[in-house]
Amino acid sequence: MTAVSAKSPRLTATTQAPARPATGEIPGLYWVVGALLVLAPLFCSHFVLLQILGWAMILGMIALSLMFLAGYGGMVSLVQLTIAGIAGYLTAILGTSAVSGISLNWPWWLAVPVAMLVAVVFGTLVGALAVRTAGIYTIMITLAIAAAFFYFVQQNYAVFNGFTGFNNLIPPVFLGVDWHNPIAFYYLILSCAALAYLAVLYVARTPFGLALQGVRDNARRMAALGFSVTAHRIAAYSVASLIAAVAGVLLVWLNAQVSPGTVAVGPAIDILIIAVVGGIGHPIGAFIGALIYVILRTFALDALVAVGLSGERFQLLIGLGFLIIVFGSPDGLLGLWTKLQNRSQRGILPDREVSR
Amino acid sequence: MSAVATRSIAERLSSAGTANALELRGVTKLFGALAALTDISLSVSPGERRAVLGSNGAGKTTLFNCITGDFLPTSGTIRLFGEDVTRFPAHERIRRGLRRTYQISQLFPGLSVLDNVYLACCGVSRSRFSFIRPRRDDALLATAEQLTEAVHLRDVRDIKVAVLSYGQQRQLEIALALAGAPRFVLFDEPAAGLSPTERRELVEILTNLPGHMGFIIIEHDMDVALRVAERVTMMHNGRIFKEGLPEEIEADPEVQALYLGGGHA
Ligand SMILES: Nc1ncnc2c1ncn2[C@@H]1O[C@H](COP(=O)(O)OP(=O)(O)OP(=O)(O)O)[C@@H](O)[C@H]1O
Ligand SMILES: [Mg+2]
Repeated sequence: MTAVSAKSPRLTATTQAPARPATGEIPGLYWVVGALLVLAPLFCSHFVLLQILGWAMILGMIALSLMFLAGYGGMVSLVQLTIAGIAGYLTAILGTSAVSGISLNWPWWLAVPVAMLVAVVFGTLVGALAVRTAGIYTIMITLAIAAAFFYFVQQNYAVFNGFTGFNNLIPPVFLGVDWHNPIAFYYLILSCAALAYLAVLYVARTPFGLALQGVRDNARRMAALGFSVTAHRIAAYSVASLIAAVAGVLLVWLNAQVSPGTVAVGPAIDILIIAVVGGIGHPIGAFIGALIYVILRTFALDALVAVGLSGERFQLLIGLGFLIIVFGSPDGLLGLWTKLQNRSQRGILPDREVSR
Repeated sequence: MSAVATRSIAERLSSAGTANALELRGVTKLFGALAALTDISLSVSPGERRAVLGSNGAGKTTLFNCITGDFLPTSGTIRLFGEDVTRFPAHERIRRGLRRTYQISQLFPGLSVLDNVYLACCGVSRSRFSFIRPRRDDALLATAEQLTEAVHLRDVRDIKVAVLSYGQQRQLEIALALAGAPRFVLFDEPAAGLSPTERRELVEILTNLPGHMGFIIIEHDMDVALRVAERVTMMHNGRIFKEGLPEEIEADPEVQALYLGGGHA
């Protein structure tokens, strides 16, 4: 045994980075990225603002909700897009859309909160089911729920308008601003994404967030410290659902429509790919993964056609990229980035990473 | 924290003198065909310090697992301060003042030492569900800092547990069990693998525990066990076969034949 007493010089001289760095100091790169995002409307087209940056931030929020569960809680859920989809669908059903026979025309300030509430309740119920399983079974049960919801909305015409879904969903006018305006809507997305990101960083260091990481690391010990492991896991689903629900409302406003394709199984799995590619070890990974995904989806097709390949191959490209990243760095792109950073001996991320 | 403290004092007063801290009646635990525990009956009064001795595989750890609710017993009842907790989940027993350490450390390797202890303090407080970060003057955080110091881990409090030495992990294991004003603690071989210096520190920590805090210690090291315990229970093959004062146990020929002579000196 190499037992060492607490006063050993070996430990005071340790080079291990402290797990609790001085808070409040935000690395320079964050200010640069933040400033670029705020100033983006000055030099970006509306297409780039909404279809690239806006879409990436919305997908990033949904991936963030998965990162919260998987990175901090050790629970991989494939139902996050479905939860966002429920919030989106209910915004259409309760609020205003082109399908006047179904939409109830509630004012937005009633329709949107109720839509989000239903999504959070749904996510919590899924959580209550899923937390009784572990590992691959959690993935299977959440995937099954996602698939069931997809087929349900596709076949239900009375409430979900079946295959067609709802269109003409536009952001409302409030606080004297027409949020349908591309620049205003961009700022709405940016604020929500930034808020969700900062909230996750904040919660990670609260008793709830620490306990969630404790449950991930050692559920048995958590119970032996007085924590109800099940209650904590379910509550984590509620928190993640809230983030996904906000993103869901923004998503249907961005696309002006919601249909079964929005909540199909393929896109649900894409959320996992986004989170893993970006790096599930830190909240920012979700947004990095989402940006890469959106850029690939938007430009890979043209790029492939330009070099004489068939455009449908872009899924293959995404798949290949996924494989390369997962094999090259289990912590995703973020893991590669921190490896490089460690070489130059400087921290890059505010607060600490999720440690696995 | 203070609300919990006052409540537990009230509970303690109401149950004082009337109930044993721990009372097992006919506890049996089967693993398939293997009887790890057979008809165990055991009473420990509040504040009592008990050692449980026995050879490898005697069922000592299984006994702890049944008391804390890590496993449900196959039959029998378990009472904690007079309350029947046989079917309670582990966290409900912990919230009633029970704590334990594990033979194989059960820590949170991804968190810092202080975060580990702070979590332990949160577990039995209302703030375990808090979405507010602790302030610098937070009472639980202060308790966690004191506890970290008490187990000699102050210098490494901001280090990730994964990189601690074995001895330090054992000390942290004890800190987690002492968080949140426990009334009764189960120590599972806390001295195993420690250096002589660390053993001395451990004995000091155990003997300095507040008088109302009873405990059971499983320990192969007779020096440690007989120094901290007031009574000794001997286990063999899942049964209790002797109970008495340390000097009685030491002098008992049957015990010497079975245990002390068995290479455990
Ligand atoms: N989870 C389990 N599943 C099956 N058998 C188990 C389990 N836990 C313990 N046992 C068996 O129960 C018996 C008692 O084990 P236990 O760990 O309680 O012994 P112990 O007295 O703590 O021994 P040691 O001194 O080695 O720690 C052993 O035969 C062991 O193999
Ligand atoms: Mg044991």
